[in-house]
Amino acid sequence: MREIRYREALREALMEEMERDGTVFLMGEEVGHYEGAYKVSQGLLAQFGEQRVIDTPIAEAGFAGIGVGAAMTGLRPIIEFMTWNFSFVAFDQIISNAAKIHQMSGGKLTCPMVFRGPNGAAKQVAAQHSHSVDPFYTNIPGLYVVMPATPRDAKGLLKTSIRNDDPVVFLEGETLYNLKGEVPEEDEDELIPLGVARVAREGDGCTVVAWGRPFHNAMEAAEILAKDGIELEVVDPRTLRPLDTDAIVRSVKKTNRCVVVHEHWPYGGPGAEIVDVVQREAFDYLDAPVERVAAWDVPMPYASNLEELVLPTTERVLEAVRAVSYR
Amino acid sequence: MASGRDELLRQYRQMQTIRRFEEEAARGYAQAKIGGFLHLYIGQEAIAVGVNDALEEQDYVFQTYRDHGTAIARGMEPKHAMAELFGKDAGCARGLGGSMHFFDVERNFLGGWAIIGGHIAVAAGAAFKSKYTGDGRVTVCFFGEGSTNIGGFHEGLSLAGLWKLPIVFICENNQYAMGTPMKRTSAISDLTLKAQGYGMVGERFDGHDVQLVRDRVKPAIDRARRGEGPTFIEINTYRFRGHSLSAPAKYRTRQELEERKRLDPCAVTRQQLKDAGMSEDELVKVDAEVDELIDEAVAFADAAEPAKEELVFSTVYATRQHGTPTLRATGYPDGRETGHASDAAKQENA
Ligand SMILES: Cc1ncc(C[n+]2csc(CCOP(=O)(O)OP(=O)(O)O)c2C)c(N)n1
Repeated sequence: MREIRYREALREALMEEMERDGTVFLMGEEVGHYEGAYKVSQGLLAQFGEQRVIDTPIAEAGFAGIGVGAAMTGLRPIIEFMTWNFSFVAFDQIISNAAKIHQMSGGKLTCPMVFRGPNGAAKQVAAQHSHSVDPFYTNIPGLYVVMPATPRDAKGLLKTSIRNDDPVVFLEGETLYNLKGEVPEEDEDELIPLGVARVAREGDGCTVVAWGRPFHNAMEAAEILAKDGIELEVVDPRTLRPLDTDAIVRSVKKTNRCVVVHEHWPYGGPGAEIVDVVQREAFDYLDAPVERVAAWDVPMPYASNLEELVLPTTERVLEAVRAVSYR
Repeated sequence: MASGRDELLRQYRQMQTIRRFEEEAARGYAQAKIGGFLHLYIGQEAIAVGVNDALEEQDYVFQTYRDHGTAIARGMEPKHAMAELFGKDAGCARGLGGSMHFFDVERNFLGGWAIIGGHIAVAAGAAFKSKYTGDGRVTVCFFGEGSTNIGGFHEGLSLAGLWKLPIVFICENNQYAMGTPMKRTSAISDLTLKAQGYGMVGERFDGHDVQLVRDRVKPAIDRARRGEGPTFIEINTYRFRGHSLSAPAKYRTRQELEERKRLDPCAVTRQQLKDAGMSEDELVKVDAEVDELIDEAVAFADAAEPAKEELVFSTVYATRQHGTPTLRATGYPDGRETGHASDAAKQENA
């Protein structure tokens, strides 16, 4: 299979879906003339013109609202947040409006749109620019929340998200944009269903559930531990809401141990939710309490020596797996 | 007029300090001593210095992430600013804030804010406090022209206008918000019209002449201090570097940049000093003194201690109550001194 970057995979998904459906448009800061703060939308303005690739002023609440209004009346907006940190000023549009329309209207209206952009810490961008927003948005019924870790998933999940009739919070990884990986040819039109986890590596030693950037730490840990004879089973939920709890529980019943790895803070969120499901549905199968590897429970400090401590690392995944394996 | 010239020389020295500070910061960034985003103020120095000269020490100042110049104009020592950029404990925010979050509470420089529009209402809040307590202070809030389209701006100005808060809003119109020229983000080109709707006086002028900036801002500050309400000031300026050091600058022409550089505020002030009778030799000496100050700042920052791990937990909350204030997961600093509030509470109870 050919290899492309995560950024290119996203771009292909945007391009293919915009070609396929004239109601799909891309709107956000610097998406057009500047070709995207992270160059995801490179070439799109040239291909689709200003009607469909729309640069906005810095007004997230405004253009998120424009997206909601356009979606409930028949278009399929893709609203880009330069980073998810800036979605907070548009929180109301996403939570009070996008997520609620379908039920609030007695099921008569839909809100087929995607909010997308990079999530999580980059490198030393400090307290206000380093949020992992997964816990905030997974808390909201009415939203789909997707967080791909690989180029293939980025493309296939974004295509499905654009065709989905409910609002999707699509969380990309700023530090993943350059990541290369296998992606099927363009004419294959691969659609990856939402709500289906992927077992990225099979093993019987311990289940590690991980998504986003820390997924790659989990895979690295699996390589290292294989040399010690511990075979990890790495499960990437890919979609955080709805969550593929069956896949996670199935794996834990096989391995009898579980570590959950995520970049978001430890208080609640999908990390805690997964632990909750596992303890209820696989309690009798567990040989050790479930461990979590998370960001430290603090605002992100600027200095690199401190940021390194705060974020999850492969080292900490190893520590957690050894703890639940009593080795 | 010797005293006038002394004043101008001091202003030049400050502007040149900011300029040289940032040139060295750019070098530090290239050498990876500085991480994250670095937004330079080069080209806008006359505004920071001119506005500060219209203020009293007690007055509050708020700025965006493009904050080095304003902080230094306010009196922050370059060495503490550089140490912050280098992520050191001696930095103005002890290495926790970085370039975008400078703070100098003693000098009433209240940040360094990185979410567009958010600090505008916050600054209005500081002005609200002054009105509430009658402390006689004025607040100045800086932001870019790109920030005049977001809710925080409009709600902040709306309330400040309604309640006649002692604040001056200063829009540094450097023509671009990242890669976007203002004509693509605002339906009007005279931004003071936006403030008119909130019942406040608007002013517009060019920002390359430091004393002109001071003289045009001063009446607005006085008005605010007299309780006559806020002013919105749009200052026409230009940033000579990219939006931040990692952002390319392909959206503008070389010619436009060269054109605007003819009004380089540092060069303009230097020429004014010459016109006032200073010799090139004297000015070269001043420049050398500034260079030395900045070299010292770099050396200081290089030698300073890294940011301290124990601050990471101890600065999350200012108060210590019951419960587990911050949760733990694998890989937390177990058993080490963290300043963790629950550890302290345990010790106190023991
Ligand atoms: C709410 C929000 N949206 C987007 C950003 C990303 N961003 C940072 S600076 C900037 C441009 C700001 O331009 P302007 O206000 O003109 O100030 P300048 O950088 O020119 O000083 C953008 C879009 C942000 N920090 N906050």
